[in-house]
Amino acid sequence: MNALKIWCLLLLMGMFYKAGAQDTTDLMNLLEKEMTSTKDMTFYTTATFKTTRLVNGHSVENVAKGVLDVKISHRFGNLNEGFYELFGLDKATMRMGFDYGITNSLMIGVGRSTYQKTYDAFFKLKILRQSKGKRKMPITLSYVPTIAYRSLKWEDPTIKNYATSRLSYSHQLIIGRKFSEGTSLQLMPTFIHQNLVTGANDPNDLFAIGIGGRQKITKRISINVEYYYQLEDYKLPGTRNSLSVGFDIETGGHVFQVHFTNSPGMNERTFIADTKGRWDKGDILFGFNISRVFTIRNKH
Amino acid sequence: MTKNGKISFFSKTDVEDIDAVNNQAVSVINSQTGSVAFSVLVNGFLFKKALMQEHFNENYMESGKYPKATFKGTITDMSKVDFKKDGSYNVTVTGDLAMHNVTNKVTVPAVIVVKGTTLSANTNFKVKLDDYKISVPKVVENNISKTIDLKVDCNYEAR
Repeated sequence: MNALKIWCLLLLMGMFYKAGAQDTTDLMNLLEKEMTSTKDMTFYTTATFKTTRLVNGHSVENVAKGVLDVKISHRFGNLNEGFYELFGLDKATMRMGFDYGITNSLMIGVGRSTYQKTYDAFFKLKILRQSKGKRKMPITLSYVPTIAYRSLKWEDPTIKNYATSRLSYSHQLIIGRKFSEGTSLQLMPTFIHQNLVTGANDPNDLFAIGIGGRQKITKRISINVEYYYQLEDYKLPGTRNSLSVGFDIETGGHVFQVHFTNSPGMNERTFIADTKGRWDKGDILFGFNISRVFTIRNKH
Repeated sequence: MTKNGKISFFSKTDVEDIDAVNNQAVSVINSQTGSVAFSVLVNGFLFKKALMQEHFNENYMESGKYPKATFKGTITDMSKVDFKKDGSYNVTVTGDLAMHNVTNKVTVPAVIVVKGTTLSANTNFKVKLDDYKISVPKVVENNISKTIDLKVDCNYEAR
């Protein structure tokens, strides 16, 4: 036993033979070599966006497991309503939302918008995660289905109305990539189905392709752009494409998003398929989202 | 040598406590000369709150730009340690602590425990955020302590 001890000790000591200042450098080099064996590890990209929404729509981010994200969002009236309406500030629609992370790749959320008195619910599943190292993946891919229930009073209560007429659905894929510390982009092909539309010839199924991104200006502030292009044959008459430009401002547990948009609605159907305002006519709304996260369950 | 040294830190303020741990520090001690080196991946620190971890990497340590924290130095009184005899020995470690692209000289007390053929080392010391150019914005200035308690705990195996 003693012999073994001495043998181990000799091994320990015999490992290095140089002394002096050179020695620490050698140790460091040795460590570097050991660290490169961490090439076998996979490094997942984090913080592609600051929060789970870009402006109106979803970003590729999820809330983490056990985290509740309370979102209060406001959209004011049109800027072109002039001074009498204080450039739209006298009017406001809002959405109150609660998002929760069940796992790090699955979150659920519910919300209520004053706009058309709409309830909505969704889940967001991360299918692929951008990563480097051992497992390389160039993009993050998420799937977000939503369901919305419009609870406005029936336009004509004298006829037979069906509760299912109030429902609309959307299915969205989000393909996102963090190109650098400050730059992230994403594509959002979206399918929307409405059980009831206004006109007899209006399509019930709509397709749109969203594109969005962010560029950090400082460590805690980024500028975001979000645009949804509706495919010509699959859009409702009189609707416009949704364009929003905003800033993310992060302060500790809060993210403030302030933006300008032509969409008053804050769920997929309303802002993608029911935007009527035109940027070139000044139908621009000022708005903000406030996100506050609460850690309900600690990670470990 | 160890590949799973434990480095943890703790920030305590009236508003909130923040702590994180990294179990993947790589470190070597040369028992003959007393030279010591540590290297740790900054994004390997695990926090209780996901957002803290994100902010730690994104805003404070900027681990994308500065992925590693390192220490290289010497145990100045290595002669005190008798590797043939089990026991714990109080020593002093001095050297360069580098993180967030800033290197500072530090001298800290440490304890080396010899037990059979294994050797473990641990130390507690404080670092100032200012010393490493880690700035905390005004709005959260009360949430993060200006001095952080660091704890190192490594079990070395002979090589």
